[in-house]
Amino acid sequence: MNNSYRIALAGNPNTGKSTLFNAFTGLRQHTGNWAGKTVSLAEGTVRHKEKNYQIVDLPGTYSLFSNSVDEEVARNYIVFEKPDITLVVLDATSLERNLNLALQVLEMTKNVIVCINLIDEAEKKGIKINERILTRKLGVPVIKISARNKIGFPMLLDTIDRLVSGKIECNPVQTTYNEEIEEKITTIESKISNLVGNTISSRWLALRLLDGDKALLTEFNRRLVLNDQVRREA
Amino acid sequence: MDESNKISLFQGKKGNLIKISSISLEGVMRRRLLDLGFVPGAIVEVIKKSPLGDPIAFRVSQTTIALRKEESMKIEGELVNHE
Repeated sequence: MNNSYRIALAGNPNTGKSTLFNAFTGLRQHTGNWAGKTVSLAEGTVRHKEKNYQIVDLPGTYSLFSNSVDEEVARNYIVFEKPDITLVVLDATSLERNLNLALQVLEMTKNVIVCINLIDEAEKKGIKINERILTRKLGVPVIKISARNKIGFPMLLDTIDRLVSGKIECNPVQTTYNEEIEEKITTIESKISNLVGNTISSRWLALRLLDGDKALLTEFNRRLVLNDQVRREA
Repeated sequence: MDESNKISLFQGKKGNLIKISSISLEGVMRRRLLDLGFVPGAIVEVIKKSPLGDPIAFRVSQTTIALRKEESMKIEGELVNHE
């Protein structure tokens, strides 16, 4: 199973995540349910260069701060289920709003590829996007695609291949906050990393704790209890 | 900064451009508005008001979003002149 990988698709609503999902997986997708959640995630597979990819279509959200069930499902998947790659799908015609989610994902997980979708629509509107500058600024690969017209797919698949085989590495940019917040992060971050190891970004967790994210703590407890049960039954 | 230019989004008139300076809301609603693009520094256009004046539709980062008076009253900014 060494050549099988999981890829999650995240993005704002109506950015073409599902179009990309369908283009990738053809008619082979089915709907999967995750333990403890009634919200279902679509799931399908694609094969490229001798590798199998399991693609998971997360609910479309503007944010990942668990303001709603959708956001919580998407957030939990990225943080706890840890896909090998998170593909963030952005709408080229409204990048400003879309980059909000991209920056949040970059704080949560390391292996991220940013797909700027609807690139043909944007070009029609006279919007020019320099993906090289964006790649440099974000620290992760940025690829322009059109899911509907299958533009940019070879490039995207090759980048996925190079990332999972370790030929390229992501260094996602981390948002710097004001001095007070940064000081508090430093104070608690080492304690957090002692607790969770490097399974979850300790900086991200520190920020969530400082923000008083009770839903996240509840989720943590739930998963700890579940793990205990599994261990006892084993 | 000219204090007289300061208004809440609720006080804006159709066609006004308002540069957001502060959002006096907390918790989930604040987070939600930030996610939608109501961030300090952003320029919001007043698109139209409903017949009774509430809610009001705003254009923010290329999308139209309607806000109730409860929220739009608590977002302040300054009027920006049309270029």
